[in-house]
Amino acid sequence: MRIELKNFKKTFGDITVIEDMSLSLESGEMLALLGPSGCGKSTTLFAICGIHRMTGGQLLFGDRDVTLVPSQQRNVGVVFQNYALYPHMNAYENIAFPLMIRKEDRKTIEKKVSEIAALVHIGELMERKPAQLSGGQQQRVALARALVREPDILLLDEPLANLDAKLRLEMRSEIRRIQQQTGITAILVTHDQVEAMSMCDRIAIMNKGDIVQLSSPQDMYQNPNSEFVASFLGNPPIAFLDGVVTDGGVQLASSEALLPLRGQHGLPSSGMPIRLGIRPEHFQPENPLKVTGRISFVETQGREELYDVTLSNGSVLRSIQRQGGGYHLGDEVSWGIAENQILAFDASGARLHMGALA
Amino acid sequence: MNTNFKSWPILLALGLTSVPLVTMYAYMIIDTVTVSPPGSFIPNGISFGSWSFLWEAPAPGRPSIWSVTLNTFIFACVSTLMALSVSLTGGYALSRLHLPFRGFFLGGLIVLHAFPTITLIIAIFLILQMVGLYDTLAGVILVKAALEIPFGVWIMKGFYDTVPWEIEMAGLTDGATRFTVWRKLVLPQVQPGITALGIFAFLSGWSEFILPQVLAPGADAQVLGVYLQSLISDDTSMDFAKFKSVGVFYAIPVILIYILFNKHLMNIYGGGTKG
Ligand SMILES: Nc1ncnc2c1ncn2[C@@H]1O[C@H](COP(=O)(O)OP(=O)(O)OP(=O)(O)O)[C@@H](O)[C@H]1O
Ligand SMILES: [Mg+2]
Repeated sequence: MRIELKNFKKTFGDITVIEDMSLSLESGEMLALLGPSGCGKSTTLFAICGIHRMTGGQLLFGDRDVTLVPSQQRNVGVVFQNYALYPHMNAYENIAFPLMIRKEDRKTIEKKVSEIAALVHIGELMERKPAQLSGGQQQRVALARALVREPDILLLDEPLANLDAKLRLEMRSEIRRIQQQTGITAILVTHDQVEAMSMCDRIAIMNKGDIVQLSSPQDMYQNPNSEFVASFLGNPPIAFLDGVVTDGGVQLASSEALLPLRGQHGLPSSGMPIRLGIRPEHFQPENPLKVTGRISFVETQGREELYDVTLSNGSVLRSIQRQGGGYHLGDEVSWGIAENQILAFDASGARLHMGALA
Repeated sequence: MNTNFKSWPILLALGLTSVPLVTMYAYMIIDTVTVSPPGSFIPNGISFGSWSFLWEAPAPGRPSIWSVTLNTFIFACVSTLMALSVSLTGGYALSRLHLPFRGFFLGGLIVLHAFPTITLIIAIFLILQMVGLYDTLAGVILVKAALEIPFGVWIMKGFYDTVPWEIEMAGLTDGATRFTVWRKLVLPQVQPGITALGIFAFLSGWSEFILPQVLAPGADAQVLGVYLQSLISDDTSMDFAKFKSVGVFYAIPVILIYILFNKHLMNIYGGGTKG
C-alpha cells in the first residue's frame, strides 16, 4: 500500500520536533529512515501508526486519508525497539493476540499463527514466555506478531539494535526476505547505515526533524547532496580537506599544498572556501593526484587495512587498502586522490557539483 | 544467604529477644483451652469452657458471635473490593492519562493518606446521620473504603508506572481498545500489586475498630473488634478467659493470611516504589 505523508508537523508542548516533512513510499517498497539520535525517526513512525497525533499535515494510506483514524483501525504492524512483547503471555499467545482481538475463530488463529511462526523460524518456541527467549527469538516473535494479521504497512523501530553482530546479519536478510515475500510496504528506522544500505530500496536521511536526502543507497553514497549526508554514509567514514579556491585549483588550508583541480569545471570563483570530501577507497597509492603525509594510524580490518594519513597542515585523510601494502605507522607516503571522485561542498555544507571538462 | 556473613550471632540475638513474645503468644493460646490451679502457670487440665461462646446462645441483647463474624467478613471484603476497584482504575488514570490537575491529585492523595482518620470522625458521623446511613454496615463500609483509597491509588500508580508504555502501544496497534489493553495487557503486569493491596486492605478492614465503634455500634452491624471491646467494658461479668478466646478467634484469619501470603505482601515494597 502506498504511504504518503504531507507537510507533517509534530510538536510536544513548545518543543517542535518536526517542522514540515513530506515523504511518500511506493507500494511494496522498503524505506530506511536513517539519522542521528533524536532527529525524530521514532516520532515519525509513531505518527504513521497512530500512536502520536499529528500536530499538522496529512497522512494517506493508498487513497484513504488516515490522519484522524485511530491506531486500531489503521492496520499497521509495528515492531518496537524493545520488542514490547506481552510478558505474561507465551510466544503463541503473543502472536495470536491481534487475531483474538479480531475475534477470529480458534482454528483460523492456530493455522495463521503456525504459518507465520514457520516463516520466522520459531515454531518450536511457542510455549515459552518472552523472558525465556533470547533477544533474537523475542525479536522474531515481535515480527511474527506484527505480521500475523497481514498489515498493510510494517514499521520497524530499530529492530536489530539489541542483537549481536552475527544474529544481526542473519535477521537483516530474514526481514528483507519476509518483506519481499509478503510484498508489504515497510519503514525501517535505524541509525546503522550498513543496515539501511543493505536492507532497503531507498534511504531517507533525516537531520533535526527534516529529510535531507531521499534516494537509493547507491545513489546516496555516490551523490550525497550535502556534507551531512556524505559524512553519515560510509564506513570507514569520509575524510574532509578544507581549502580555498584559487586560479590553479584548491589551496589547502594553512599549507603550501595546492591541489591542481584544473580538469574540473563547476568550481566556485577564486577566493571562496571549499571542503573536499574524499572517501577512503578513493585515496590510494596508484592515483595520480598526489598528496604527501605521514601514516598516523593503522587499523587491521581482516581483509583490508585502514590507514590514517596526517598531512602537513594537520588534516587527516583515510585510505582503505588490501592487506600486504607494506606500510607502517610513521611512514611518510605520497598517495593519490581519485580526482573525479572528489565530493566538493561549499562553506554551508551544500554539495558543489563538479565534473571533468569534456 | 551470604556466606561471608556469620548468621548465628544474629539468629541467637533474635531468638533470645523473641522468646518472651513467643511464650506469651503460646501461653495465650494454651490458656484458652486449659485450666490452671490458682497461683500457678502450669495447666493441670483441659477445658474448652472459655470457647463456649462459639456454640452457646448469646446473652440477651447481645449479637451472636457468628453474625458478628459474618459482619466483619462482609465489612472487610466489600470495603476491600471497593478500594481495589477505585485504586485500579484511578491509579491507571493518574499514571497514564493526561489528566488536568494531575499534580494536584497526586499531592492531594498523599495529604489525604497522611490525614489521621480520627480527626474526620465527627464530620463523617454527621454526614452519615444526614444521609441515613448511621449505624448501618453499608455506611461504615463506604467510609472505610473511602479512607483506604488514597493509599491504594498511590500504590497502584507506582505499579502502573513500571509497566513499559510500549506494551500498551503495541496493544493499540494490534487493534485492541484502550479498555481491552488495560484489562488484558496492563492488569496482568500489576498482578503482584493487586494481590498485595487486596490483602492489606482486607487485613485493615478485618482489624478495623474505631470506625464501626463510632459509626455502627448497634448489635445489627457489630463487627468483631467492637464485640471484643464490649466484652471488657461489660463490668458485670468480667471473663478474661473468654476475652482471650475471642481474641484468638479474631486473630486466626489474620495469622492464616500472613502465613499464606507473606511473599505477596513483600511485593508492595519491592514493586510499588518506583515512580
Ligand atoms: N513525548 C515527548 N515529549 C517531548 N519531547 C519528545 C517526546 N518524544 C520525543 N521527543 C523529542 O523529540 C525528538 C525526537 O525524538 P525521537 O524519539 O523521534 O528521536 P529518534 O530519531 O527516534 O532518536 P533515537 O535514534 O535516539 O531513537 C527528541 O529530541 C526528543 O527529545
Ligand atoms: Mg527512536
